[in-house]
Amino acid sequence: MYVELGNINKTFGNFQASRDVSFSIDRGVLAALLGPSGSGKTTILRMIAGLETPDSGDIFIEGVRVNDVVPGKREIGFVFQNYALFRYMTVFDNIAFGLVVQKKRPTVIRERVEELLQLIGLEGMEKRYPAQLSGGQKQRVAFARALAPRPRLLLLDEPFAAIDAKVRRELRAWLRGMITRVGITSIFVTHDQDEAIEVADDIIVTNCGRVEQKGAPLDLYRSPATPFVAGFIGDSVPVADFGTLKGFENVSASGAIRPEFIQVFGPGEPAQYESTVEEARVENIAFRGDALRVELTCKDIPLVARYSLEQKPLAVGDTVRLLIYRLYAFEEGRTRLLYNNRLEEQQGYSFSI
Amino acid sequence: MDSDVSKWVPRLLIAASALFIAVMLVLPLMVILAEAFGAGWKLYWRAVSDTYAMRAARLTLTATVAAVIFNTVFGIAAAWVVTRFSFRGKSFLVTLIDLPFAVSPVIAGLVFVLTFGRLSYLHPFLSAHDIKVVFATPGIILVTLFVTFPFVAREVISVLEARGSDEEHAAALMGAGLFTIFRRVTFPHIRWALLYSVILCAARAMGEFGAVSVVSGHLRGKTNSLPLHVEILYNEYQFTAAFAVSSLLVAAAIIILVARNIVEFIAKKEDEGHVR
Repeated sequence: MYVELGNINKTFGNFQASRDVSFSIDRGVLAALLGPSGSGKTTILRMIAGLETPDSGDIFIEGVRVNDVVPGKREIGFVFQNYALFRYMTVFDNIAFGLVVQKKRPTVIRERVEELLQLIGLEGMEKRYPAQLSGGQKQRVAFARALAPRPRLLLLDEPFAAIDAKVRRELRAWLRGMITRVGITSIFVTHDQDEAIEVADDIIVTNCGRVEQKGAPLDLYRSPATPFVAGFIGDSVPVADFGTLKGFENVSASGAIRPEFIQVFGPGEPAQYESTVEEARVENIAFRGDALRVELTCKDIPLVARYSLEQKPLAVGDTVRLLIYRLYAFEEGRTRLLYNNRLEEQQGYSFSI
Repeated sequence: MDSDVSKWVPRLLIAASALFIAVMLVLPLMVILAEAFGAGWKLYWRAVSDTYAMRAARLTLTATVAAVIFNTVFGIAAAWVVTRFSFRGKSFLVTLIDLPFAVSPVIAGLVFVLTFGRLSYLHPFLSAHDIKVVFATPGIILVTLFVTFPFVAREVISVLEARGSDEEHAAALMGAGLFTIFRRVTFPHIRWALLYSVILCAARAMGEFGAVSVVSGHLRGKTNSLPLHVEILYNEYQFTAAFAVSSLLVAAAIIILVARNIVEFIAKKEDEGHVR
């Protein structure tokens, strides 16, 4: 365990930002703290850095408890949400700052800064001031500045939030590549599930100050521990009483169904498994770039499904037929994937990854 | 009709403002200069180079320099503490900083007379150690500090609050000490605001009358500041001398105004280069 948090609690006034937060991260891993705003993810990051002090609980880095170590001695690189570049220093001085503070020799500093400038692809820009850089360039400088003193852990607070959507995609890939290349253990905070899934090795899902689940992106998708995770990693709608649906017996648990668990047959389209299909009414249709997202009501249960543009045209009010392949049942302490027991082929989920 | 209104309203307002400024500002200034030089250069020079006038000028300068130095140091310290740390009673402290603006200068002077004068509990201690505060230079410096205290603190607080503390946190995370953080990260942010407020502070310190009047005791050549000296000359019907000495204060004020505008201009330019 490279970084370990044990039973961290933190309150600001009446607001409990962290409730009994515990998790650990292995060396060399890029982890994402994922959660909606106000879920306490940034507070966790700031406590690891030492910018906030936990009310109780322990933080270990490389097996050493760092609760009482001042931020400057924790050897942590931190990339702030708005980068917090030193406005009145050039790019060179920004990157060199940590080394100057460590009283490194000027030749060593110059070498290291030039190496980093090359790494981030901003050679020749060392004399510019932050205000003369684009958002993406600022982020690269912030990244280089954090890495310059060779920290043992890199923390990034919403690293892509301040960048427009198009550049964000490029930067994600860039940052992922950089971190892999440098090989530094990193934790970044994000509220964007796509970002976390695309970039992180491990995702820690937070909600209301609690850690809901930790795991690899695919594992979280495949077996969400809580309804919240099911709704946050990928799409899903909660279904309170799924016992009324054909092919499922309620085991006194609440459930959730992902859109991809449902196959929709449009008006007049032939359906398979006639005995298992359900009828549903189309309530709303939205175009989602590559397919339609259809809101349906089936036996008074609201559902969401995907509908291919290749299928028969669909209108609100139409009656369609559904085949529900599987759903999540959240039992006490564990989640089960229930398969429709009227379908013959019940082989599990096959992921070709 | 619309265009008629939009043509006339600005002209009318400009004319009204010009008239107001002429009556309220330009005319009195002209009067001061006319009266000061009305009796010829020789009399002007005599009034200005008079021993008492020179001593008053020196006292005013001393109090001003003291106010500037003290308020710069404590203003920055107060602003730093208020904006970078959270502690109990912080909002009370901020309110307290503004107090001198709310209190009438005469009351401020009186407070110092009561605190350090004959009736105070401190008096036995002070007289035992032969320290004179009231009716002496220290008292004048103290009240000048008091009335000018908010200038630097307020200005620097507003700049630091607007800029946030992420840059300082970033520096601290890289292991920088407090002094390094202040010198390399915080100070560049506040330098123009600081200079600007120091200039305003100096202007106020030079012109302070009420508070100084109460603690001074009006001892000619000892505890008379320039504004007090003007009053005395005026009361003695030495109009030319009174206006001549006034013209010194006017000259100082004009220099300060020009300096203020230059600082404002440079600060704006600088900001355009660094803030986006």
